[in-house]
Amino acid sequence: MEHEAPKVAPIPADKEKIWKIWKVMLILAAVTAVEFVIALAVPLSVMPQPVKVYVYIALTIVKAFYIVAEFMHLSHERKSLIWSILLPIIFIVFMLFIFLYQGSAIYNLLTS
Amino acid sequence: MASTVVVVDDKNTKAWGGGTSPMKASYGKLMMWFFLLSDAFTFSALLITYGLIRFKNPAFDGDVSTFVFSQDYWPLPDMVFNAFPGSHALGVDHAPLVFVGIMTFILIFSSVTMVLAVEAGHRMDRVAVEKWMLWTILGGITFLSCQAWEWSHFIHGTEAGGSLLDGSIFYGANLAINQYGPPNFAALFFFITGFHGFHVFSGVVLNFIIFYQTTVGILERRGHYEMVEKVGLYWHFVDLVWVFVFTFFYLV
Repeated sequence: MEHEAPKVAPIPADKEKIWKIWKVMLILAAVTAVEFVIALAVPLSVMPQPVKVYVYIALTIVKAFYIVAEFMHLSHERKSLIWSILLPIIFIVFMLFIFLYQGSAIYNLLTS
Repeated sequence: MASTVVVVDDKNTKAWGGGTSPMKASYGKLMMWFFLLSDAFTFSALLITYGLIRFKNPAFDGDVSTFVFSQDYWPLPDMVFNAFPGSHALGVDHAPLVFVGIMTFILIFSSVTMVLAVEAGHRMDRVAVEKWMLWTILGGITFLSCQAWEWSHFIHGTEAGGSLLDGSIFYGANLAINQYGPPNFAALFFFITGFHGFHVFSGVVLNFIIFYQTTVGILERRGHYEMVEKVGLYWHFVDLVWVFVFTFFYLV
């Protein structure tokens, strides 16, 4: 197929909208940078490992929110669509607790 | 017009009565969302399996400076993933998270260029769609190359190696044994990052197909760039999964 020049005149870009997209990227990069600082620069005496784990998980959820809500545009969709995607995630949370509990139970069984 | 009787089909007044799209999303976009939801279940199963097997194994409870690889406890990710290309030649022995951090930024960046491609598609700006799709594809290929290096480094292992249960020294990793810790550690590494990497690869292929269709003007003649949005959803999902893999495999 031959390359042809565009025939449709594009609508000019909305600078504010584009800046908003880059702003989400800056937030994601900043949150990742914070995770690095916590992992590498904050000693365990200041922040014990379990606390660090909870902070990582919280920051991961923040990042996930921005990716899904803004990049994937979900927060601008119909409420019915939002809930049909979000509600089934409950099963994942359920599975997470069940299996982590099971993992420690197997550990106790093996070590006792 | 007072004498004209207009019969309104009352099916159309209800959102779920048929004849309308109640979620105001096209069939293709809706199905992409539900596919991604099912894919999220698959990835969750893999990551939760990692959690179960990690909790099943003893954790290293000594001081970080005394850590050595052992089959007796789960390794600290900081101690396994602590190199980047050229780190050996530069004499850097321990650089945890540096390389995987760069990979994270690459993927976030390529996600942004994808959003910009979708935005350009809404404006019917073909040249901008081409430009941003190309950046996205480049980001994807860069990420895959980084992962290839990461795998190669993981498989070949460190110079010191690690001792197995019978006392012999083993270098690197395969699906059965590895120098870093319990056999399942390497198996899970290969499965989780491999499954994600294959998604990235599929994403690059899909992005390329859409880039090609844009270039030859197929999408412009169609009158809309919704295909860019659909592959965009998939591409952001790949980025989303990496955010979780990064946290649960490399940070925790």
